Amino acid sequence: MKIGFYPGCSLTGSSREYNESVVAIAKVLDIELTEINDWNCCGATAAHSMNEELSMSLPARIMAMAEKQGLTEVVVPCAACYNRLKVTQHDLKDETKRKRVSEILQLPYDGSIEIINVLQMLEKYGAENIKAKVTQPFAHKVACYYGCLLVRPHSILQFDRVEDPQSMDELIKVVGGTTIDWAFKTECCGGGFSVSRTDLVAKLSGNILEDAADRGAEALIVACPMCQSNLDMRRGAINKVIERPSDIPVIYITQAIGLALGIDAEELGLKRHFVTVEL
Amino acid sequence: MEHKGKITDLQSHTGVEVMRCYQCGKCTAGCVLATDMNFPPSYVMRLLQTGTKENYIKILGSNSIWLCLNCENCLGRCPMEIDIPKMMDYLRTQAIKENILHPDSKPIISFHRSFLDSIKYTGRLYELGLIAEFKARTFRVTQDLTIAPAMFLKGKLHLLPEKIKDRMTMKRIFAKTIENVKTENK
Repeated sequence: MKIGFYPGCSLTGSSREYNESVVAIAKVLDIELTEINDWNCCGATAAHSMNEELSMSLPARIMAMAEKQGLTEVVVPCAACYNRLKVTQHDLKDETKRKRVSEILQLPYDGSIEIINVLQMLEKYGAENIKAKVTQPFAHKVACYYGCLLVRPHSILQFDRVEDPQSMDELIKVVGGTTIDWAFKTECCGGGFSVSRTDLVAKLSGNILEDAADRGAEALIVACPMCQSNLDMRRGAINKVIERPSDIPVIYITQAIGLALGIDAEELGLKRHFVTVEL
Repeated sequence: MEHKGKITDLQSHTGVEVMRCYQCGKCTAGCVLATDMNFPPSYVMRLLQTGTKENYIKILGSNSIWLCLNCENCLGRCPMEIDIPKMMDYLRTQAIKENILHPDSKPIISFHRSFLDSIKYTGRLYELGLIAEFKARTFRVTQDLTIAPAMFLKGKLHLLPEKIKDRMTMKRIFAKTIENVKTENK
């Protein structure tokens, strides 16, 4: 199975273990990933906070490049990029906006590409395959943390249940894990405030970790580089504000599945986390 | 003083009709930073409904519009499906345009500007450059001094930026949007 691939900036830098694990499991599951040529940054929170036309033009160029390459479906593992691409595709259904953006880009854009997140890719092309290829069941009790950008706004993304999503939980069960019911599945971790307002990230991410710990989770499973880096790299700041410091690891769904498929921890980038992963 | 023109502008740019809000408070109940804000989201809606200049300026000058993380919980739970996050994006650009800025906006705007500068020249985010520019903009020289080296040792930081080939298009995108005075803050 061939599919387009937009890694996005985080996956080449601070979250390269997400990239490594996506690539590693895609290989085992016979999913061929074709990277979009000469892709650019989606603009993330910075662009849409500062200028609407900029926030639409950056993702539009990415999709225009994918169209030019003949791709019809593109997987976007970063939840923030996935959200920006989907929202832009939605906004550009408006003819005035589409005309304006085409004028800026000077590239043809028809908005026909199917943008999917990593959970959708695994459900669509891998679920049965994964089950058959599990060699070391992921026998852990975990909290699946979806965050904001994978599931909201529901009217545009149309992905999973908005308050109590289940797709990641289902994948964990497929590889032999159990998932907890908890209250912070889709609460915000502090997102793009990691550098500018670390204090607020510590507070919000602290709430998430405390609830997961109270309910006996051995690990948090995520599908967003911002959630992962806030909960993992910011653990020092978090542990200063929560009552009981936490050493719960935060790993990507692709790393959990990779372990179950028997892929080496190093190949999955599990040595790159700040909080030691012993699963 | 009446200030309805601003409310009409807000509606034409975002599609938000402030009068549709009936103050149920679900947005505020679900907002993770409501307690840190000068006015929680439902209060922002109420102030806008009054249509006065005084209240509009109060909102632009508040930290509420800057602390909004665009997590979209409010929109997800609003029975009237009012797009508060989109409205917050618009109010932020208006606050910059009018230069009515709460002190809490400073590090947040500095971060956004550093981020956008980083992608403007290369097409992709250069995390080390972003951190350096943010420190220079905010004088927070000592922040994250321990995290950055640890990131580097774990292979999470590039020393040099990755550049895309078609940097002309990136330049054009910036020139025609955020750097274009006619359309700036649209």
